[in-house]
Amino acid sequence: MSMHPDDKALLGALRRGDADAFATLVDRHSSAMIRVAMAYVPTRATAEEAVQETWIAVMRGIDGFEGRSSLKTWIFRILANVAMRAGPRERRSVPFSALAAQDAGEPAVDPDRFLPADDERFGGHWLVMPTAWPTPEEGLLAGEVRNVITTAITGLPAAQRTVIALRDVEGWSSEEVCEALEISAGNQRILLHRARNRVRQAIEDYYGAVFEIDYDAVTAQLADDTAREETDLK
Amino acid sequence: MTSHAEELSCVELVELVTDYLEGALPDAQARRLEHHLDTCPGCTEYLTQLRTVAGSLRGLTEESFPEEMRDGVIADFGDSRNG
Repeated sequence: MSMHPDDKALLGALRRGDADAFATLVDRHSSAMIRVAMAYVPTRATAEEAVQETWIAVMRGIDGFEGRSSLKTWIFRILANVAMRAGPRERRSVPFSALAAQDAGEPAVDPDRFLPADDERFGGHWLVMPTAWPTPEEGLLAGEVRNVITTAITGLPAAQRTVIALRDVEGWSSEEVCEALEISAGNQRILLHRARNRVRQAIEDYYGAVFEIDYDAVTAQLADDTAREETDLK
Repeated sequence: MTSHAEELSCVELVELVTDYLEGALPDAQARRLEHHLDTCPGCTEYLTQLRTVAGSLRGLTEESFPEEMRDGVIADFGDSRNG
């Protein structure tokens, strides 16, 4: 694998001892690094220390970096190892994929929102369906709903929170997230799906944007339509 | 909104939406999903909302690395390289 052109220039500057280049790297990645570290350790202070320790390891290791992964992936792998060791004793050396497995199996949407699968005509269809949000023109982050979203993300299980923060808040690609966290693409999508759904649910609750379908009325309407068609055919 | 065995129901569709948005659904499955959306306002709204969530969070929060730690590691870098 050839080295990414951005990495090549940056790496050259770092190896020459260019402190500005190092500052650029620190400023570019530290926010996301704190998010990742928080997946492994219980407190913000421990996460910050893990990031600090990672930067020290990066400056010591930079001459030996061979470019088999991107510089970014390499940095986040170091961070994962540092943060794992800094985590609670019982979770030490638990990789991210194991954290991710802890919240498997939860449906994206409350099953009570749908008719039971064995309903003769409408099994598995919406009973309480979502309706459009009165989103402010400037977008979801402009109004009060911003706090609702922030609270929802803060309350997510660690693995979901980390994935949605990297993908949607930091704007990483799915490949970057998979590489940095060493999870499969499928696993990444499951975590992202659950996380986005919890946020969607929180916004829906805030707006009260649901509509309960009256299936008796729907059935009556369909019966009417059928009767009319039959009359028309005669 | 009738349910044939080969057609997706809403409860099945909602689990596939992120895979769909990520381009990870096999073609046939994506077509089934789109076919369902053609006639289902609830799932269409649901898809719109997940897409809105996905596209709205950029820059929501920033986790700042404490200034003194930042300056400390940068100073250490200078020392380790030039000292």
